[in-house]
Amino acid sequence: MEYVLRTTGIGKYFYEPEKFKVLDAINLEVKRGEFLSLIGKSGCGKSTLMYVLSTMDTDYEGELEISGERLTGKDQNFLAAFRNKHIGFIFQFHYLLPEFTALQNVMIPALKLGKYSRKEVEERAYEKLNILGVKDQALKATSKLSGGQQQRVAIARALINDPDIIMGDEPTGNLDSYNTQLVFDMLEELTHTYKQTIIAVTHDEEFARKSDRVVEMSDGRIVRG
Amino acid sequence: MKLVVEIAKTHLVSKPKQTLIAMLGVTFGIGMFIALVSLMTGLNDFTEELTMSSSADIHIYNDITESRASIADEVNANGINIVHHQKPRKETAKVRNALQITEMIRRDPRVLGVAPTLSSQVFYNYGPVELPGNIAGVDILEEDKLFDLRSKMKAGQLEDLLANNDGIIIGTGIARKMNVKVGDRIVITTPQGHTMPLKIVGLFQMGIGTIDNVRSYANISTVQTILQQDHSYITDINIKLIDLLQAKTVASEYQAMFGYKAEDWETANSTFLTGITIRNIITYSVSFTLLIVAGFGIYNILNMTIMNKMKDIAILKAMGFSGKDVRLIFMIQSLVIGFMGSVAGLCIGYVLSYLIAQAPFDGGDMVSLDHFPVNFDAKYYITGIVFGVLTTALAGYMPSRKAAYVDPIEIIRGQ
Repeated sequence: MEYVLRTTGIGKYFYEPEKFKVLDAINLEVKRGEFLSLIGKSGCGKSTLMYVLSTMDTDYEGELEISGERLTGKDQNFLAAFRNKHIGFIFQFHYLLPEFTALQNVMIPALKLGKYSRKEVEERAYEKLNILGVKDQALKATSKLSGGQQQRVAIARALINDPDIIMGDEPTGNLDSYNTQLVFDMLEELTHTYKQTIIAVTHDEEFARKSDRVVEMSDGRIVRG
Repeated sequence: MKLVVEIAKTHLVSKPKQTLIAMLGVTFGIGMFIALVSLMTGLNDFTEELTMSSSADIHIYNDITESRASIADEVNANGINIVHHQKPRKETAKVRNALQITEMIRRDPRVLGVAPTLSSQVFYNYGPVELPGNIAGVDILEEDKLFDLRSKMKAGQLEDLLANNDGIIIGTGIARKMNVKVGDRIVITTPQGHTMPLKIVGLFQMGIGTIDNVRSYANISTVQTILQQDHSYITDINIKLIDLLQAKTVASEYQAMFGYKAEDWETANSTFLTGITIRNIITYSVSFTLLIVAGFGIYNILNMTIMNKMKDIAILKAMGFSGKDVRLIFMIQSLVIGFMGSVAGLCIGYVLSYLIAQAPFDGGDMVSLDHFPVNFDAKYYITGIVFGVLTTALAGYMPSRKAAYVDPIEIIRGQ
């Protein structure tokens, strides 16, 4: 089976307040369609690893490869374009742009990519919103939506460019149990029905237990998975 | 690119009050700039035109007050000679070979027109009234070419002077003081005591009190007769150049060539020109200050906007917008604010200038002026908008650059 993401010997230091190794020799391979949870105690380096994998953090040693492309040492503009095309993000907070409607928020990454016409992008955005069950909220301002709806719109936005990987940093961290269940079910459906690869950092043990694969970290190393 | 514009537009539209305030800063700055510059350059042009219309580009005359070499210097050329209290030599103000000089100058390709004249101090007498003044004997049509006399005539025609050998055109100031009008006769008395009655055929008004109250024009031959001089008696040669700015070099050339004093307009009107320079300095420094204040306003507002939008910037970058895209989003905002603010400023500036131009203003006895002279030259409107957009671009650049360097991880993890 092909690997969507592969790292070799990733290490990273924090220099403030003193030099400290947060990540140590991380070797990780993620297969297409895998739903992976990254767990560990606070400060174990799981979020730091996530941001290295996300290509936003470029200050590390070792090598990172996504969809067969070696990303270590590439410049910021290249990485920005790469993220646009290949990676979708879901954060603890929805990070929707408050001036735009739900639909516009979902459309923005696709318009940035420029692969489809505006009309096609709009159709696709409706389609994604429909999958997430918030199609009827499309034309509302994002501030008028509930927390669960906002997070679902954010997931639709992460999906709009059919990314190779969706990366989540505590995607359910800010939701009540009902919405947590809802969002989890949707992510699960995405992996099973659409073969979507998902990597999520989480504190939620139940969330982790139900995912396909759990990677546990401690003191900057992978200790399980 | 289109998307970036769209996001910038949404940012501007979603906070209309803030956008409007930023724009008003620019509007006020540019509006005041236009109003100030219009009035100041209007005044400058007005005074410049007055001076230019009353003084030739180059004026050649025999400067009899100029100190000359003493006889002792001529005899004992290499020695040290000290001559106290040397009187000017007794000589007339006549320019010798004036008509030949005129012909030579006329053939110079840099020269637009040349007019030989003779002038003299005189008294104007009408009944018991006696006014000191100055009569110029001219070829009135040549004079018109140089000074555009025709447009300054208040009564009578230039041609009437040619038809009358004893005609005279006087300034409106003299006419008012002596209470005379076209058709009346006044008596001219020269310093040598000769008198002659002349018939008034026209009145002119230059707009400058010092000219309208003293100057009169007559034919060259008429004045030669009054002064009891021969037909080659010419005291001044006035020259108009094609390029005004060449006056200085051409003047010194003529002075060396003909041996008479050749004075260019800049030297003759140096006080006027200093005034113009000072007014320009004031205008531009005040406008510049206003624009800098407006620039700081934009800088502040954009800085605040970016502070509030850190989260949005972070997510845009995570979704694949490059630093350049983010910088563009905010640069577009500041440029739109700058451009719209400047355009509104131009409109306000135009309205203000228009109102100023309507305001009555009494120039007094010195200059004939009933309204403020205001300049509506498009040049200043272009300067205004370029200046406005540049200032806002500069004010917007620094915060936008900061936005481009926002590290998304820091913002997202910091939550």
